[in-house]
Amino acid sequence: MSETLPVTGTTYLIARHAGSALWLARYMERIENLARLLDVTKTFAHDDSDWLSLLRINGDRDEFFEHYTAAGQESVSRFYLLDADNSTSVQGAITSARENARTLRALISTEMWLQLNVFHGQIRALTEDDLAPDRLSSVCAMLKEGTQSHTGMTEGTFYRDQCWHFYMIGRYLERADQTTRLLDTRFNRLVPQAGMGEADIDAGEWHTLLRAAAGYHAYRREHPHGYKPNEVAGFLLINTAFPRSVGLNLAQLEWHLTQLRIRYHLRGGSAALERVDDLNTSLTHTAVDDLLARGLSPFLDWMQRDIAMLHNDIMKGFCGGE
Amino acid sequence: MAAGVQTQAQHQIQTQDDARTVLQDYDPDAFFCEMLRPGQPADPGLTLLRERLAHLPVSALRRRAADAERDLLERGITFTVYSDATAIDRILPFDLIPRVITSAEWQQIETGVIQRVRALNMFLHDIYHEQKVLADGIIPKELVLGNAGFCETMVGFDVPFNNYVHVCGTDIVRDDTGRFMVLEDNARTPSGVAYVVENRHMTLRVLSDVMAGLHVRSVDDYGMRLHSALCEIAPQGVPEPQVVVLSPGIFNSAYFEHVFLAREMGIPLVEGQDLVVEDHRVFMRTTAGLAPVHTVYRRLNDDFLDPDVFLPDSHLGVRGLIEAWRRGNVAIANAVGTGVADDKAVYAYMPRLIRYYLSEEQILPNVDTRICAEPDALAYTLDHLAELVVKPVAESGGYGLIIGPHASKAQLDDFRARLKADPANYISQPTLKLSVSPTLTDAGVQARHIDLRPFAVTGRNTWVLPGGLTRVALRQGTLVVNSSQGGGSKDTWVLA
Repeated sequence: MSETLPVTGTTYLIARHAGSALWLARYMERIENLARLLDVTKTFAHDDSDWLSLLRINGDRDEFFEHYTAAGQESVSRFYLLDADNSTSVQGAITSARENARTLRALISTEMWLQLNVFHGQIRALTEDDLAPDRLSSVCAMLKEGTQSHTGMTEGTFYRDQCWHFYMIGRYLERADQTTRLLDTRFNRLVPQAGMGEADIDAGEWHTLLRAAAGYHAYRREHPHGYKPNEVAGFLLINTAFPRSVGLNLAQLEWHLTQLRIRYHLRGGSAALERVDDLNTSLTHTAVDDLLARGLSPFLDWMQRDIAMLHNDIMKGFCGGE
Repeated sequence: MAAGVQTQAQHQIQTQDDARTVLQDYDPDAFFCEMLRPGQPADPGLTLLRERLAHLPVSALRRRAADAERDLLERGITFTVYSDATAIDRILPFDLIPRVITSAEWQQIETGVIQRVRALNMFLHDIYHEQKVLADGIIPKELVLGNAGFCETMVGFDVPFNNYVHVCGTDIVRDDTGRFMVLEDNARTPSGVAYVVENRHMTLRVLSDVMAGLHVRSVDDYGMRLHSALCEIAPQGVPEPQVVVLSPGIFNSAYFEHVFLAREMGIPLVEGQDLVVEDHRVFMRTTAGLAPVHTVYRRLNDDFLDPDVFLPDSHLGVRGLIEAWRRGNVAIANAVGTGVADDKAVYAYMPRLIRYYLSEEQILPNVDTRICAEPDALAYTLDHLAELVVKPVAESGGYGLIIGPHASKAQLDDFRARLKADPANYISQPTLKLSVSPTLTDAGVQARHIDLRPFAVTGRNTWVLPGGLTRVALRQGTLVVNSSQGGGSKDTWVLA
């Protein structure tokens, strides 16, 4: 990963297209992530508070309660799967993803476009019936399969020039962001409070958290005995093998930023690189222990804000935008 | 229709289709048929194709057609139709049975198109410079200088190789004797070439067994040829000119074609917001900062190109583009002001213009056209309205015209009044018995009218893409082949 690819050509990339590539990846990741969260919540939810926390993860509580009175499986699924007015829904995300792909159509592979176009059709065709408890899991499976097909086709067919680097940056930004959110909403209720033993925490909660991040089995291999808060947090924040850990995603993001500088002599990435450096410095094992002692939430808040600013640094540095 | 009835009807079609082969019950009536060609010398390629179609059951063709239709929609090979607030992606219906052009026929079309493009470019150079054609009284002065397509900005301005029309689409039809005739020249931003190439790809996917071994000329190098031409017209002294395709954006109905062109040429697809003019030079906004642009292949109309010169509140274009062009820092294709050459009234003078500039007779004749601004022509048109096609000169897309033999008495009376009120706005032509081609319909394989739009690319010289877009009027009897009015298309095979 630390190697540098040789320079290819000097083909320019339109600044606006770089932004579209980044957004395309972010929206597709969001769909996959939403599908995972819905599926895990549906499978492991104890009560409606689990549906409420799903809204919290995505920062959608206010928007949700403008249109719905209570959070439960039916209403939250509807909000995320069918509600076209809701820009954070699967409908909103696929519409935006397709619009960005349409902008990039001369640059992405025909396979990518074809798959996305068909996937868009599948999502637009979702109906009331798909919200039924016995259907929800298969809908989530369809969504995961669609986004993973997209990811696979991207890996296999997307020409790896500048545009690809921006696409990958978008993917890693979104994954890093999603993982901090996931941790943020579920962790507080998991960490033992004063006077509580570790055994008092329901193992099922840890299980759900790791499942939602698609990391349960990997975690088990890494830590075969029980759950320890610092190990779970470390796994999700700094593990360098787990595809959704914040640290791994930042490292990959940094590699792509560096490639843009070395392969294409782009000078717009210095602010972003500095910020990635800062973020990385805070992600060490001692730092994690320290954070747990002081409370993870303020740290995750800071991290989410910084990831958002990283996005802005990149847009400003390369895409001519804010 | 109730579901049960539909199923029964479908079943009936199914059974009939299994029993029939493609050309079995096909009857072109009195029209010239591009597939059967009675009375013409046999062409070995066409004979082989007919034999293959004679062994293909209609049901098999219908299955392949359904595959092709789904494929086109999934690939997004679509144009966008807007109604109220919704945008619907529609495919241009594709009929699998190809339209064939023999090599001798292509020879005539190719040379005829090149001849017209030369004459159009010489005419444009003349009217924007010495205006000899006006002084010599070949064409009325007011028809040219008062034409909405005539552009003051272009007067006295030199373009590379004196060529204005870098991409030309010539609409050609064939009458009941099999004679080719030009219906109109499209010299502004003709569209449709993406379908030519995509139709071929579709044919190769679903009909390769029917095509195997026939020597059909390739259409794959359109992008390469166009790119070469666009590099040729770039400002002198630039070793590797940067060409861009300028599109109105993803909501334009022809956006797919803009994507196609950028992809085939390997160049950026930009919108007005991506370009900027500084010191009368054109740049594109890239991730590396501003990068110079040398040729703009624009797919938006003159009016939207530059708010400094044309529509001041257009956001689609680039401020200062025209001045950069006038200073020789960038090339624009097609040149501004070509609309005057593809005006339907100017078209009527094409035979005379070809004679005037080239001292040649037309290789591809015009349809016999009367200019209603001339009193004799108006009188004739009014007397024979029920037999003629009358077209407004300033419209395109098949709107506002009347086809006499298909019109009711009330429609004719209404049109007569409009024609009398503004005769200079109309031309009239005899109703043509357009040639037909076997076409798959719900009621089996039937004859449908077709036309042809070859695409000519001109940099220093002119090259014509072998074949072109064959459009087919899918509704029985109708002559209008425009995609916005129920037309479809066919793959066009030029035999080597």
